Amino acid sequence: MESGSLAWVLISAALVLFMTPGLAFFYGGMDRSRNVLNMLMMNFYCILIVPVVWVIVGYSLAQGGTGDFIGNFDHLFLDGLGIIDDNGAQIATVAFLGMFACITPALISGAVADRMKFSAWAIFVPAWLLLVFVPVFKWIYGGWLGDRGSLDFAGGTAIHVNAGIAALAAVLVLGKRAGWPKEGHPPHSMPLVMIGTGILWFGWFGFNAGSALAANGQAAQAFMNTFLAAAAAGLAWVIIERVRDGHATNLGAASGIVAGLVAITPAAGFVSGAAPLAIGAIAGAVCCYAVRVKNKAGFDDALDVVGVHFVGGLVGSLTIGLFANPDFFGPGAATSPASVCTSCEFKAGLFHGGGLNLLGEQALANLAAIVWSFGVTLVIMIVLKKTIGVRVSEDTEAEGLDFAEHAEVAYH
Amino acid sequence: MKLITAIVKPFKLDDVKAALVASGIAGMTVSEARGFGRQRGHTETYRGTEYELDFVPKVRIEVVVEDEQVSAAVETIVAAAKSGKIGDGKVWVSPVEEIIRIRTSERGTDAV
Repeated sequence: MESGSLAWVLISAALVLFMTPGLAFFYGGMDRSRNVLNMLMMNFYCILIVPVVWVIVGYSLAQGGTGDFIGNFDHLFLDGLGIIDDNGAQIATVAFLGMFACITPALISGAVADRMKFSAWAIFVPAWLLLVFVPVFKWIYGGWLGDRGSLDFAGGTAIHVNAGIAALAAVLVLGKRAGWPKEGHPPHSMPLVMIGTGILWFGWFGFNAGSALAANGQAAQAFMNTFLAAAAAGLAWVIIERVRDGHATNLGAASGIVAGLVAITPAAGFVSGAAPLAIGAIAGAVCCYAVRVKNKAGFDDALDVVGVHFVGGLVGSLTIGLFANPDFFGPGAATSPASVCTSCEFKAGLFHGGGLNLLGEQALANLAAIVWSFGVTLVIMIVLKKTIGVRVSEDTEAEGLDFAEHAEVAYH
Repeated sequence: MKLITAIVKPFKLDDVKAALVASGIAGMTVSEARGFGRQRGHTETYRGTEYELDFVPKVRIEVVVEDEQVSAAVETIVAAAKSGKIGDGKVWVSPVEEIIRIRTSERGTDAV
């Protein structure tokens, strides 16, 4: 890897790391004041445990070898990865992908907010990382789904659909918050939500443009797409709110921005022109309605991980089947943020002469990820529930998790 | 001596304070309060879901005055705090048995 690209990948990795604290503030502000520190800690815990697990075994299982379904143990403790032959490309990539591994389980924290035991979360995160994130990541980046020709530039399916559907499985086992939905749980600090949103958007340029794994034209287009899709999605969300409910809200803008960022993630390096505006607007509008489904369906996805990340990721991933434009990117464009994906192919979408083939592959890839993630997450949560328990006591839930679980109080 | 307690809209606090000071009141105690009256709270909307909040933010102003100052002070507060809209708040007056200035141990009207 030449030095310009290496510099961009290293900077991108740091940008992606920053997204986890950003997510913590985004979620923490939406939480109630007596649970905000628990929410921050659930997120920060991910950047404590995941790098350790990632380096010991996670990366090797996610990327080692050429298996269709799972990696191998060749790179335990990063064994065999040098810095001399490739100017640090592999090590930089392991770090970059490790940041993705950190934020993926962190996304789930928004769904289980206000009621999950921290000890259960502490075990859930590494278990989920190895049993769900790692295999799905391998399928898409160097396994059977990638080989079939499905596309996922920066993790729409591998990260957002994966974590989003896991969030649904987790809350089905965990149960509803006391009082939900009768009793309202409004955000305790909208300024914190907006700060978190800003950090997420900033970090997302590393997430998407960094996934080109090079400082090149594809990275520039991914950067532009990330910029546009978030704006279009935020705009779509607040316009719908203004017309439907009478007010354009901060939370609507923030939610739309995140929905747009999620949706453009799988498509960032594959689409151009007006496509990011269309993808963003569709995601903003669809997610604006999707967040209401939980009230009718009766699952307490506290901070709308399903409505924003699962639905947004699905929208983005499927629209690749329409908008993917290989001619714009030319030969040699990257198809994934992983270094070993040699057989991945960049097919054209329906609107660029590719027919329905890519759309079908996108649907299959998401279906596979959904089935695995939902099923295995359900099993992990049920095992935790039967052993150490997943839910705090009624007293703790009423008094707040901050003091009961962490002996700290956010505001005095 | 009487204790005047006024519950007013937060953004009216500065007006009430200025009017009371201009009318010669020497001090007051202010605290943040939440509550509802006939207006019954308000509705906030987050992600399209409406939340009924029973307790709306108010400011509580407490002033101890001599008996002959009461009616003027109450009128000053009412005039300054009135917007004419629902939720303007309330003022009530209660008797005070004793008052002591801690620094000097003065009692009664000397301590007001």
